[in-house]
Amino acid sequence: MFDHLSDRLAETFKRLKGHGKLTEQNIADAMREVRLALLEADVNYKVVKDFISQVKKRAVGQEVMRSITPAQMVIKIVHDELCTLMGKEGEPLVLTGKSPLVYMMVGLQGAGKTTTSAKLALNLKKRGKKPFLVPADVQRPAAIEQLKRLGKQVDVPVFDTDPGQDPVDICIASLADAARAECDVLILDTAGRLHVDEALMAQLKAIKERLHPQEALLVADSMTGQDAVNVAQSFHQSLGLTGVVLTKVEGDARGGAAISIRAVVDVPIKFLGVGEKLDALEVFHPDRLANRILGMGDVLSLVEKA
Amino acid sequence: GKTRDKISGSIDKITLGRKIDEELLDELEEVLITADMGMPTTMKLMDNLRGKVRRSELTDVEALKKALAKGIEGILSTPEPAPERDNNPHVILVIGVNGVGKTTSIGKLAHYFTKQGKKVLLAAGDTFRAAAAEQLEVWAERTGCPIVRQRHGADPSAVAYDALEAALSRERDLVLIDTAGRLHTKVNLMDELRKIHRVIQKRLPGAPHEVLLVLDATTGQNALSQAKLFNQAVPLTGLVLTKLDGTAKGGIVVSISSEMQTPVCFVGIGEGIDDLRPFEPADFAKAIF
Ligand SMILES: Nc1nc2c(ncn2[C@@H]2O[C@H](COP(=O)(O)OP(=O)(O)OP(=O)(O)O)[C@@H](O)[C@H]2O)c(=O)[nH]1
Ligand SMILES: Nc1nc2c(ncn2[C@@H]2O[C@H](COP(=O)(O)OP(=O)(O)OP(=O)(O)O)[C@@H](O)[C@H]2O)c(=O)[nH]1
Ligand SMILES: [Mg+2]
Ligand SMILES: [Mg+2]
Repeated sequence: MFDHLSDRLAETFKRLKGHGKLTEQNIADAMREVRLALLEADVNYKVVKDFISQVKKRAVGQEVMRSITPAQMVIKIVHDELCTLMGKEGEPLVLTGKSPLVYMMVGLQGAGKTTTSAKLALNLKKRGKKPFLVPADVQRPAAIEQLKRLGKQVDVPVFDTDPGQDPVDICIASLADAARAECDVLILDTAGRLHVDEALMAQLKAIKERLHPQEALLVADSMTGQDAVNVAQSFHQSLGLTGVVLTKVEGDARGGAAISIRAVVDVPIKFLGVGEKLDALEVFHPDRLANRILGMGDVLSLVEKA
Repeated sequence: GKTRDKISGSIDKITLGRKIDEELLDELEEVLITADMGMPTTMKLMDNLRGKVRRSELTDVEALKKALAKGIEGILSTPEPAPERDNNPHVILVIGVNGVGKTTSIGKLAHYFTKQGKKVLLAAGDTFRAAAAEQLEVWAERTGCPIVRQRHGADPSAVAYDALEAALSRERDLVLIDTAGRLHTKVNLMDELRKIHRVIQKRLPGAPHEVLLVLDATTGQNALSQAKLFNQAVPLTGLVLTKLDGTAKGGIVVSISSEMQTPVCFVGIGEGIDDLRPFEPADFAKAIF
């Protein structure tokens, strides 16, 4: 599978003698292969369509650099455009504002919110902050217990949530305890929910309106398929997201969902979850993800050196 | 559920009052791709359809939709009959990547089989994730089924072994074994799964009678890799497709069926105890169009 795209592009350009300009015709052929690669990586259908037309515009008429082949030239253009689309690397969390800072974690069921809450707590603690974890999921069986255990593992205090309370009230009540514990960042772990569940989306909105979080982070599974756009769009419309955390990235998913999400909501990808352990949280690198989406190994570093 | 209405809704909007032309075919292709069916399966279905159109075997839009549904149904239908669950006890091992809905599906399955009069026992084979056993314990209470568990960090094969012992001595009809979520690419965790499987086989020859891989309907093309690698570690007997109550279409199971003939057994359509249905390929395909 690796280098698949570059081989196919090389094939496409075989007839292109010497090093000339990229033309409308050979670009069109190449774009068919790129389209296939992106769809196989789970980039959304419509996003692929727009992306391809963007790349085409940029590529047609370009001189092929002396040192590389036309196939490599196309890959470079596609790769650069993907990186541009995905934005800067690891944009930092907002660490300034009225104390305590409030981060809320949202997303579909099973995406990794609770685990990522604990990972963030550990990350912030290492940076000298005093985080406070708030279980605001009274829905999933043993969700409160899960966060309590994780909090213990990273040695961060966890709010003693009353499961009979409404999540909005839980979040409000946690403020006093956080202050008493002299904590300066509140991390709210909310229940997993479908983006089409209006009642539950309204609950998130209410939490946001009452606590004015500096960060509303969408936790999204890197294995998500075509539906990622609908999910991201709905959460963004309801909440105004400030960032995305992509989880389970250490597997073999191509991660096209990242592109889809970036294309429909204008918020940065801030972190990657790369394991179940609580230190498995990494800063996001657009170029690495671009390589992966294209299914490219070393080809790019060759192009870069050229 | 909602998923089916969504798919059929979009198809109807596309095909209403139209004639068969290249544009319409392209739009149908888009529907298949956005349902996560994957390029090879989509192209196979569409090539077939285009051939029929060229040979004038399909001339109106209704017949076109029917043919497409038939194509999908054909791929999803396996000749094998549904498993008889009358072993004593009948053992079902539930596996999958992280967060797909294994534990919840076990809760729902426990309820489903209990309603059929079976005496079910649950095994908390996820000894790794924080509060995983506590989560299954809640489902045991909800369904009134006994549960076998050990301390956090215990060997999951030992839990499976204990569960079989308990099921035999307490004359339970069915054992549902939960496992920790694991990515199919992690060699050591897949080895752990093999060991669980081996221990079960050894204690009760013929068991596990079913190995169900749980897949999340929101997952894209990676689900195919999951199915292949899990199947290499422990031979799968069926799939459970969860979270079909969202807007994701779960089309990847068509790709999986097309490549490896593993039947979808159940679908999950919510977080509640009743939100589980046996999978019906004909209904699924018909409901799409
Ligand atoms: N391999 C891997 N597993 C992860 C990662 N992040 C989370 N998980 C696992 O994914 C599963 C679900 O994680 P949770 O944190 O419970 O997800 P959630 O979004 O809180 O789930 P709900 O509260 O049920 O909606 C657990 O098994 C986690 O250990 C990651 O980066 N890599
Ligand atoms: N909407 C919806 N949510 C579901 C469905 N099945 C499970 N869930 C939810 O998905 C989340 C994860 O479910 P679990 O059963 O904990 O998943 P798991 O595979 O056991 O997770 P790990 O053990 O951490 O790997 C929970 O919030 C469940 O309530 C379903 O069919 N529909
Ligand atoms: Mg959670
Ligand atoms: Mg589980």
